[in-house]
Amino acid sequence: MSNSSAADLASAGSAPSAPAPLFRRILLQGKYETLAMIRNGEQLILAVILPLLALFGLTVTPLLDGLGAPRVDIAVPGILALCAMSTAFTGQGIATGFDRRYGVLRFLSTTPLGRTGLIAGKILAVLAVLALQLAVVGAVAAVLGWRPDPGGWLPGLAMLVLGAAAFTALGLLVAGTVRPEATLAITNLLWILLGALGGIVVPAVRLPAVASDLAHFLPSGALGEAMREAFLHGTFALPQLSVLLLWTVVPGAAAVRWFKWN
Amino acid sequence: MRSPESPVLSIEGLIKDVGPLAALDGKMLRVVNGVSLHAGRGQVTALLGANGAGKTTTLECAQGLQKRSGGSIRLLGEDPDLAGAALRARVGVMLQDGGLPPSARPLPLLRHIAGMYANPLPIDTLVERLGIDLFSRSSVRRLSGGQKQRLALAAALVGNPEVLFLDEPSAGLDPQSRQIVFELIAELRDSGMGIILTTHLMDDAQRLADYVYIIDGGHNVAEGTVAELLQHGESGKDGITERTLSFDAPSGLDLRTALGALAEGLVLSEDRAGSYTVTGALAPEHLARLTAWWAEQGIMPASLRLEARSLEDVFLDISGRDIR
Repeated sequence: MSNSSAADLASAGSAPSAPAPLFRRILLQGKYETLAMIRNGEQLILAVILPLLALFGLTVTPLLDGLGAPRVDIAVPGILALCAMSTAFTGQGIATGFDRRYGVLRFLSTTPLGRTGLIAGKILAVLAVLALQLAVVGAVAAVLGWRPDPGGWLPGLAMLVLGAAAFTALGLLVAGTVRPEATLAITNLLWILLGALGGIVVPAVRLPAVASDLAHFLPSGALGEAMREAFLHGTFALPQLSVLLLWTVVPGAAAVRWFKWN
Repeated sequence: MRSPESPVLSIEGLIKDVGPLAALDGKMLRVVNGVSLHAGRGQVTALLGANGAGKTTTLECAQGLQKRSGGSIRLLGEDPDLAGAALRARVGVMLQDGGLPPSARPLPLLRHIAGMYANPLPIDTLVERLGIDLFSRSSVRRLSGGQKQRLALAAALVGNPEVLFLDEPSAGLDPQSRQIVFELIAELRDSGMGIILTTHLMDDAQRLADYVYIIDGGHNVAEGTVAELLQHGESGKDGITERTLSFDAPSGLDLRTALGALAEGLVLSEDRAGSYTVTGALAPEHLARLTAWWAEQGIMPASLRLEARSLEDVFLDISGRDIR
């Protein structure tokens, strides 16, 4: 704190205050949130380590045998769906819940970023982390012998993005309506429940009867099935597409309506 | 009500209802009920009031963080509820709870926020000025209250705003931080910034504010410069100015010997052993007689203090002395 700098501050800002361009603001926020997610250790376990462990588990056990394709080819699309749930639902939900608690959302919404820029930045961060997960899981899967249908990439990636949108909407809905501790509990519990019994990595036909019926209508089951349809057969799974759209629009609208910023 | 020539903020008849609340059988609670105020450029305007008076809600409505239920707000000539990025860039906000992510480190956080603006202030200057360089390697959660407040102030200033909102800026400040922050606020005011702050501390208002609005129970109850508010009521009771003179001297003085020297209506008492007060409409001749009495008795007081009304007295007179 030198006195010489005292006058500098008042005279330093002679240029009129103005916002940076919208595109740059969203890009900056996306980058900031991406780095925050990657640097968070628990987040990394949920986003990369656990999905990779699940991938190994499904390729060394006979759980997926007899479904008409090699174990790894059935496992990998579901693992990618699990990655989307980790990042968009549990990760982003918990981060947003605590940001809300600490007033970070309120402060950032008073800057030129604003509320819409903040949400756009979060979506961008989810997509960026998802791309990193795709690269890591894809590389490991290739070593394990994954040979996806080349025509599966277009429907697969489209479904993955739609699934991420549905889980982001759900994550924000939870984060914006209950306390952060409750968000932490709910999103982690649902991650385990949906991961094990939601038809995301283990196809619905291999689940207990009740879970199997239910899984078709869950975002987890719809995304898992849509990913397997894409990478095993190169097709767009239309019934699953409509289920996912519903899970994006309804929680999205609910989040817009009930999200509490403070 | 005064109207500054170029108000940065004008609020007329602000109303804010919250709820419905279960505690009120599902009814709405009116937390702001008709606050009006004007804040000018190059001025510090203070909203003074007890906790729960409606200061923060008023500020948050002006910042666009809460939607008002009634009344009008013009922030730099615009409605804050419809504000775009261009308006937000001209307004800096320091929230009561800081609003900074606990895991962030000061410098990357400030750089990130600076990126939201086209013409941010140089971060190095800001950081040096607020002494943030001394703790720039710690994460926000490890900072002291004063350090957090200084960082929050830097975050509010980094876009070089024309209007600055400070919600309880001295909360948690240690004496050094307080000095740094108050000097900077005065400087920014002198450079033409319009500063609006809330406080429940009289001392803050007395030291910083050019104009004070006293808020109580969701509406303004008094306003004026600090000097005007101090005059208000000073000659209120029958035109008499109440003052208190206190002095410390050996205990057990025979006060009867002094009573003849003092005028009627003055009360001399020994409140604690060796601690005396004289209260009433003290005039210069009373002081002369009091010192003459000390000379007679061979008393040299260890300390001597004369107080007129403080802003605190004015505030308590206006908003009541009940504990809420």
